[in-house]
Amino acid sequence: MLSNHMEETLRQRIAQVEKGGDAKYHAKLKEQNKLFVRDRLKLLFDDDFMVEDGLFANFLAGDLPADGVVTAIGRVNGQTVCVMANDSTVKAGSWGSRTVEKIIRIQETAEKMRVPLIYLVDSAGARITDQLEMFPGRRGAGRIFYNQVKLSGKIPQICILFGPSAAGGAYIPAFCDIVIMVDQNASMYLGSPRMAEMVIGEKVTLEELGGARMHCSVSGCGDVLAANEEEAILAARRYLTFFPSNYTERPPVAEPKAPNPNARDIATIVPENQNAPFNMHDFIDALVDEGSFFEIKKLFAQELITGLARLDGKPVGIIANQPRVKGGVLFVDSADKAARFINLCDAFHIPLLFLADVPGFMIGTAVERAGIIRHGAKMISAMAEATVPKISVVVRKAYGAGLYAMAGPAFEPDACLALPGAQIAVMGPEAAVNAVYSNKIQAIEDPQERQAFIMEKRREYQQDIDLYLLASDLIVDAIVAPSGLRQELINRFAVYASKRQIFTDRKHPVYPV
Amino acid sequence: MKHVTATMAGTVINVLVNIGDSVNAGQDVIVMESMKMEVPIAAETGGKVAEVKVNVGDFVNEGDTVLVLE
Repeated sequence: MLSNHMEETLRQRIAQVEKGGDAKYHAKLKEQNKLFVRDRLKLLFDDDFMVEDGLFANFLAGDLPADGVVTAIGRVNGQTVCVMANDSTVKAGSWGSRTVEKIIRIQETAEKMRVPLIYLVDSAGARITDQLEMFPGRRGAGRIFYNQVKLSGKIPQICILFGPSAAGGAYIPAFCDIVIMVDQNASMYLGSPRMAEMVIGEKVTLEELGGARMHCSVSGCGDVLAANEEEAILAARRYLTFFPSNYTERPPVAEPKAPNPNARDIATIVPENQNAPFNMHDFIDALVDEGSFFEIKKLFAQELITGLARLDGKPVGIIANQPRVKGGVLFVDSADKAARFINLCDAFHIPLLFLADVPGFMIGTAVERAGIIRHGAKMISAMAEATVPKISVVVRKAYGAGLYAMAGPAFEPDACLALPGAQIAVMGPEAAVNAVYSNKIQAIEDPQERQAFIMEKRREYQQDIDLYLLASDLIVDAIVAPSGLRQELINRFAVYASKRQIFTDRKHPVYPV
Repeated sequence: MKHVTATMAGTVINVLVNIGDSVNAGQDVIVMESMKMEVPIAAETGGKVAEVKVNVGDFVNEGDTVLVLE
């Protein structure tokens, strides 16, 4: 029988390890508006339920409680999840050999249990002193990334970045499905500002080099910018409400809700003038269940909106052109953003809704040099390959390869719908008339006569691309009144829910990158 | 001094503010035409217009300064 003494010793030691690092590091957390790792877990999990392994990792070292990482299983929205969480009060959350082994083991557990894995990252990177044990070997840090790649699309992998994620460690967020960053505190970089100055002579602040805002708005490495830790954790919990535990299951359904009662009437949102901007967010707001929209990459490539939402309680992934920004034209970054989001939704059986109002892909020297064609190809291939229910709605126009990229008829959407007045064409009337009649237009000397000619040709062109003509030729599957669009989508997604499709038979495609 | 820059390549079709005007963050200050679309350019931060760098009809590239705020 265990003596009371032994039990008391155990209790003391558990309490000691659970306190994490030295008091001065806890004080530093407070200064930085950061929470202690175990308090983060309390916010993340539904309740006290928590199963933890490796609490005594590196116990004998004396000053490395849990070896700087908590690995545990808990519940989020009633769903079982695995977690690895760096403790920045222990040697700045750096990785030793047991740290790495613990992370690898929780990945293996998540794989076997087929449950989401959440990475709470706040780490200075590798402990150089331990490099032989934790860096190069079969179960060294490289294995963490190998496992992440293997788990991708199998189970949701979520990263919340609370602090630094440096050098090799920066790849943990890179291999996750979504990265939520805490403004001012989170950072991601391969070489620190000090290293940048030493090695390449660049003087730069951490925030400029790899700060959360930069990554969420410029590099695209971040998906959600949170004002503080509480908001970041809440965002992760909300995000997970849209996802099944693993790819063999279906996403959870919530209580259906009517759209925001204060949303504008859909018919009044879209201007008749093809060239005038409007805010696609108003359109989405009027369409989806109230308060359900969870935007991903809100600050990045804003000419395209991507986000998760619910229609009648059921999850849907929305890809929408934003005419309010850059005319809704597709760019290098927006194509990447779309490709990534489509991949995410398709992996976990979240149906796709494309809201097209797109003048096409951007043209000009800048984008050609940036490889807009190969980036556009990424979007088109991700969209083509997606086998989840997929509906394309031409809200106002879809021109050129924009039609293709937004799941046009050739890409086997389950339906291509159009609102009345929508235009589908290789290009808009102005550009088309210029292209076809350029020589003739130049030849007409009288300006009035010239303008009359142009207007006449535009009118003819409009007739050629008349929506009823397109419907008559079975190019669009249905013309839907704006007021009926939501119900039409709900009905169609309900019908398409039984869709099971294998795209094709092969090892894997040669992805455009 | 804060610079308002063009979000994409295109032609300036309307300048909505004058020197000395106060603008709010998010307010449209220039309208461009690009890819046959009207593209409003908004000020990221508020301030007083110190300089208007473009005229109607000018071609601007992505990143070019169109307005300076103080």
